This record gives sequence, structure tokens and C-alpha cells, in this order.
Amino acid sequence: MTRKPLQFQLNGSGKAIFVEEGQNLLEALRRGVGDLSPKYGCGQGTCGTCTVLIDGEPHLSCLTLAETVENCAIETTAGLAMGPQLHPLQQAFMDGFAAQCGYCTPGMLMAAKALLDRNPSPTREEVVEAISGNICRCTGYEPIIAAILAAAASGGGRRYA
Amino acid sequence: MPVSVRTFQGAEEAERALAASRTARYFGGGTLVMRAVNAGDQAFDTIVRATDPRLRQIQMQGDSVVIGAGVTMAQIIASRDAVFLAPVAKVIGGPAIRTVATVGGNLFAASPYGDFAAALLALDAKVVPVGGTPVPIGDFLDARDREPRRIVLSVIVPRPRDSRAFRFVKVSRVKPKGVAVLSIAALLPTNGGRVSGARVAYGAMGGRPVRALAVEQALEGHTLDEQGIAPALSAATEGINPQTDALASEWYRRQVAPVHLKRLLLDQRR
Ligand SMILES: Cc1cc2nc3c(=O)[nH]c(=O)nc-3n(C[C@H](O)[C@H](O)[C@H](O)COP(=O)(O)OP(=O)(O)OC[C@H]3O[C@@H](n4cnc5c(N)ncnc54)[C@H](O)[C@@H]3O)c2cc1C
Ligand code: FES
Ligand code: FES
Repeated sequence: MTRKPLQFQLNGSGKAIFVEEGQNLLEALRRGVGDLSPKYGCGQGTCGTCTVLIDGEPHLSCLTLAETVENCAIETTAGLAMGPQLHPLQQAFMDGFAAQCGYCTPGMLMAAKALLDRNPSPTREEVVEAISGNICRCTGYEPIIAAILAAAASGGGRRYA
Repeated sequence: MPVSVRTFQGAEEAERALAASRTARYFGGGTLVMRAVNAGDQAFDTIVRATDPRLRQIQMQGDSVVIGAGVTMAQIIASRDAVFLAPVAKVIGGPAIRTVATVGGNLFAASPYGDFAAALLALDAKVVPVGGTPVPIGDFLDARDREPRRIVLSVIVPRPRDSRAFRFVKVSRVKPKGVAVLSIAALLPTNGGRVSGARVAYGAMGGRPVRALAVEQALEGHTLDEQGIAPALSAATEGINPQTDALASEWYRRQVAPVHLKRLLLDQRR
């Protein structure tokens, strides 16, 4: 199987790996660089748990051809906290019981971060819209929406912008 | 099965590579192609890509806007020239789908997908193949599953003169972004308050986006009020063959089509 070299920034650090042709970014992140924070849910684009930011935009890493991210900046949930200090979104998710099994959480956090980076004070509708590609089987969404709004209210959107 | 990926700069070179191999598939934004790769689809072993900048351009050409096939739904939403299509692009998948899903890919997306293509059908767009002459979108959709695959370079979309004349609705069970039970796009030009030359298209009401010819005929010369649209509502599913899928049965689609058509025609969309 042909392997291709690939370089990109992951949460601010340069990475250089080999990827198999046709490999998706989710596998390249999980197997290639050992970032297990984006989760494999459906592999079809429907659940959103594999959401990462590529150059600031939300992307489904399971549907991203790995070799297309050459020289891109990728952000995953593993890069959200600053040392022991959680990102305001992570803190709000914990405070507001916005995670139960937690499987959807990495994707929810990244979809929410993409929103707050662009729009630090979103309306409820804008939050709903931003996470509309992410499925949660546990929470019923309300605690997640409330947590994102709480993070925004606490200035979470501006924190690392 | 491993797939090989061939990336070309020019759309013409990519088309030659595609034509040369029966087991190659063109890659737009990849939302459906990568899904197939992940599922281990054995129908193709090569992915052909093109980085041609023409594919990503949106340009005005007289009264039409020429949209590159590689333009994404997010680009449409951000574009002033294509602003009339933003309400359509906004309801395609979630934000992460829209960052990559292309206009060209939507032309090939099997039902129940194809909401954007339905809108293009109502707007009487033309599809421009690489190195070829523009084809009316209806003919293109008729032939899309039969003919050898060519790469679409762009679509030429006449801009509606009156922005209120173009209407679109996507009906889904899961709000805000479920897959369409059906979508309806309508171009409703009026002359002295009466409809003249309407084009109405459905998405997810057949194997591909289809025109509701009986509805168009029944609207001709009528006013867009309860009385004027009554014949069109009676003809809502005439000549239409909706499919049954996981989202809705054929029966259900037939029942709800007139309800949503009525709201669209009376401009009472919710
Ligand atoms: C979770 C999810 C939700 C979705 N929701 C919607 C929705 O609400 N509405 C909707 O309409 N669609 C939806 N889709 C389907 C799809 O994402 C879109 O229709 C999209 O526009 C496809 O574009 P793409 O560039 O990603 O296609 P690709 O996956 O790249 O390609 C799809 C097909 O089109 C062909 N193709 C692509 N570009 C060209 C070209 N320029 N010339 C020739 N052939 C080409 C490819 O070879 C392939 O066969 C959804 C998909 C997913 C996974
Ligand atoms: S794993 Fe990518 S969307 Fe579900
Ligand atoms: S917390 Fe379990 S899927 Fe969301």
C-alpha cells in the first residue's frame, strides 16, 4: 500500500507522519499521531463526534481525506485545556452536566469552539444551529446548549481567540 | 480495499484520468465519496481530484451567476452574488458538512439528498461539463446515471429578477438539520399579479430532483392566493413517483406534499 508523507500543525505543534492513500484524517490523528480525542462514531458524517477544526473551520475528520490537510492547522479537544486549566467550554460542560457517556463530547466541544471563536455571544438558535450536525444519545441536548451559552456568557469565546 | 488518490491541477487532466479508468471516482468535497471509502465500497479503487481554481470560483456573467462545481455550501452562504441561493445552502447538512459539500457533488447525490440540485432545477440552471457545452439541468439529471461520468466544471444559474419570486423549503422531521422528507423549490414570476412561466421542482420525491410539471401548468395565469393555487394543490403529486425510504413512505410524501406546497405558494413558510 502506498504511503504518503504529511505535515500539519496539531494544536500548535508541528507533526510529520506517513498516511495511507485514501486514509481519513480521523485515523491519521488516532493511529498516526496518537491523538485519541476525536472519536470514531459512524464513519458516515452523521454523528459529528469526530469533528475537528481545520484552519478554524469545523470539519468531520472521518470524511476528510488525510492528505488534503497538508500544512493546515488542526485543533482537537486534546489541545483545548491549558495545562491543568480547562477551556471555559470544558468547564461549563462539567459544571452543567452536559456530558453523560461523553462519547459525543469532543465533537460537541469542537463544534462549539468553532462557533464561539467566530461569534463570542451567540443566541440560543445559533448554538442549536452550530451543533446541529452532532448527535448526542444521552443528554437530550438541553444541558449542552446551556453549557455553551454559559461558556459564552463567561467570556469563554474570547478566552483563547 | 485500499484506494489510490490521484490529484491533478487541471480539471481537463483529471477528466482524462477519470475517463481512462472504470474504477476511478471523482472527488468533490468527499462527503459521500469518503463515506463510501469508510464503508469499504468495492466499486472504485481510485480517487481522482482536481485543484483547478476555476472549480472554486463564483462569477457574474450578465444576468446569471456562474458557480464552480467545487464551490462549497459555506462559500455560497458567504457569497453576495449567490445570495438568493443562501437559504438553500444553509439547510444542507450541519456546519461541518457545509464546509466541504460542493455544488457539483449535490448534482450527483442520490435521493433523499439533492436539495441544491432541486433549487437549480427550478431556476433553470445549465450544467457545464469540463471542455463541453452547457446542458439544461433537467437533461443533465436525466442522463446522470446512464452516461459515462464526466467532470462538471460549473453551473450557470439565471438570477431571479424579483428575489421574492424564488422560494425554497426543505421539510425534515429532525430540526434543524434532518435529511429531507421532501424539498420544494419554486420560481414564480408574476405578470400583473398572475403567475407567468412558473418552474416548480421537488427534491426527495423521486430517484432524483424532478419538475412538478402539472403544478406549473395549474399555476399558469393564476394568482397566488387560496383560490388561485387550488388547482395546483390538486395536481401536487400528479406525475410524481415518490420513493419509500427510512425517512418516509411514498404514501406519506404524497400526503404532505400539497400541505408544504400550499405554504410555499402562499409564502407562509415555517
Ligand atoms: C451527514 C450528511 C448530511 C447531508 N445532508 C444533506 C442535505 O441535507 N441535503 C443534501 O442535498 N445533501 C446532503 N448530503 C449529501 C452531500 O453531502 C451533499 O449533497 C453534497 O453537496 C455532496 O457534495 P460533495 O462535494 O461532498 O460530494 P462528493 O462526495 O465529493 O461526490 C459525490 C458524487 O458526486 C460526484 N461528483 C462530485 N463533484 C463532481 C463534479 N464536479 N463532476 C462530476 N462528478 C462529481 C462524485 O464522483 C461522487 O459520485 C449530506 C451528506 C451527509 C454525509
Ligand atoms: S464518526 Fe465522523 S461523523 Fe460520525
Ligand atoms: S453524552 Fe453520551 S452521547 Fe452525548
